[in-house]
Amino acid sequence: MISRKVVLHFPRKLVEQPIVFKLVKDYELNFNILKAYVTPDEEGLMVLELSGEEPAFEKGLHYLKSCGVKIQPLSQDVVRNEKKCTDCGVCVPLCPAGALLPDKESREIVFSEDKCIACGVCVRICPFKAMEVRF
Amino acid sequence: MKTIKEINAKIGRGDAVVVTAEEIIDLVAKKGVRKVAREVDVVTTATFGPMCSSGVYFNIGHSKPRIKLGGGSCTVNDVPVYAAFGAVDVFLGATAVPDDDPRNKIFPGEFKYGGGHVIQELAAGKDVRLECSAYGTDCYPRRKLETLLNIRDLNEAVLFNMRNCYQNYNVAVNLSGKTVFTYMGMLKPRLGNANYSSAGQLSPLLKDPYYRTIGIGTRIFLGGGIGYIAWHGTQHNPCVERGRNGIPLGGAGTLAVIGDLKQMSPEWLVGTSMAGYGVTLSIGIGVPIPVFDEEVVRRAAVTDAEIYAPVVDYGRDYPQRSSRIIAEVSYAELRSGNIKLRGKTVPTGSLSSYARARKIAVLLKTRIEEGEFFLTEPSAALPGAESGYKVKPLNERLYKKE
Ligand code: SF4
Ligand code: SF4
Repeated sequence: MISRKVVLHFPRKLVEQPIVFKLVKDYELNFNILKAYVTPDEEGLMVLELSGEEPAFEKGLHYLKSCGVKIQPLSQDVVRNEKKCTDCGVCVPLCPAGALLPDKESREIVFSEDKCIACGVCVRICPFKAMEVRF
Repeated sequence: MKTIKEINAKIGRGDAVVVTAEEIIDLVAKKGVRKVAREVDVVTTATFGPMCSSGVYFNIGHSKPRIKLGGGSCTVNDVPVYAAFGAVDVFLGATAVPDDDPRNKIFPGEFKYGGGHVIQELAAGKDVRLECSAYGTDCYPRRKLETLLNIRDLNEAVLFNMRNCYQNYNVAVNLSGKTVFTYMGMLKPRLGNANYSSAGQLSPLLKDPYYRTIGIGTRIFLGGGIGYIAWHGTQHNPCVERGRNGIPLGGAGTLAVIGDLKQMSPEWLVGTSMAGYGVTLSIGIGVPIPVFDEEVVRRAAVTDAEIYAPVVDYGRDYPQRSSRIIAEVSYAELRSGNIKLRGKTVPTGSLSSYARARKIAVLLKTRIEEGEFFLTEPSAALPGAESGYKVKPLNERLYKKE
């Protein structure tokens, strides 16, 4: 038995299809959906904890790839150091998950941890090094 | 018609009416320009963003025996500082990086630490490491000096910035096919994002577009303390094209400012790392506008929807100094989260923090209301829109090599 957290990126055309359920049926994988939503660019995002027998696990991932789903392993968490963030907003258009968005009233940049897929883009580009990786 | 003297008398009595450059918008919409001009005494404007032409000069005091740093070399926390002045005066620039920083060798460079960060640490009251070597003279015999420094022990520590508060600025996009890393942030290819950098309707020079009230000698909020406008900034360019409301349609006026670093705080002076570009310093500035008359109010009540910025390609055009403007968009559109360019919806990002600019405008308002901050009469005007003063590009001329 192995168990891993993965981020699945579904292109627009696949969002509506029951791909994940095939994993259960044909590959006997168990999954736990941690996050699932559609991003502003209408890409489907899903963070799963997948578990199953080793050979089936690999086959299942292979099946996902063959459908056109992009898979990103999730081995880290990204957190924000609120003291360092200046609410500039330069990260907003670069976050693929829509996890960094301005609040219309306060104009502060709100970080929604529940949407973050830990891609690391903001960690690289935040001018104030406010986004940090936690392993 | 109110004068600075009258306004200061009201501030002294604690009954000056102060509003921020945002608040005046609603107020004018509700009460009209005439009434607001009578009721309001001061409008506070502000901006917070990266300002690369910043630096700090300080005097470290004479060592025993004495050393003359000029002509030698000098670093603070490994960041090189300029010491070609009198014996123990040095200048630390915001964009300096340590000699052993890999810079862009592994692209895009991280630029974790540099001059801007040292300035923030000084302002925070942290000890910094000074290392100097000198050539030694009869009057300044010492050749080596290594010591900790703290801002409270320095004779003077002064923030000087030769260009900031840009009156309007470019919106940066990338039309090329590859990601670029610029001082306007990371720009994804083929119009992947659009980055802007102005506080718009809160920004000082956009609210006094003809510099009627802001001039040399104007007292300002600088990095948390008190500063002054020292001069017009470098690349000051007041004679550009303006909209019907008098607001420049692109980068125009700039300010040079000065202030006591000892009064400033690390909250409003923040070391900044632009991936692939370099290190800089983000500064918070607040400028009060005295309400002399109705015209001041009319100008200060301009909204984001009436301020337009030029969209420029930083993929190819900007590096090649092409002056092509792809489109003009308003700050209201920019702040909506995306703009339409060439049929594409492009998400927007900002380098300048509107939330912080607002905090500064409120802070300055409070300081004035509580009688802690008085206005000054400018001692000279900035070169204005009719002055003929213009920014010039470099005219490269070859010279003979010996
Ligand atoms: S880029 Fe960094 S400082 Fe700016 S809003 Fe995002 S997290 Fe905050
Ligand atoms: S790591 Fe940053 S950019 Fe990536 S999804 Fe999380 S918040 Fe967005």
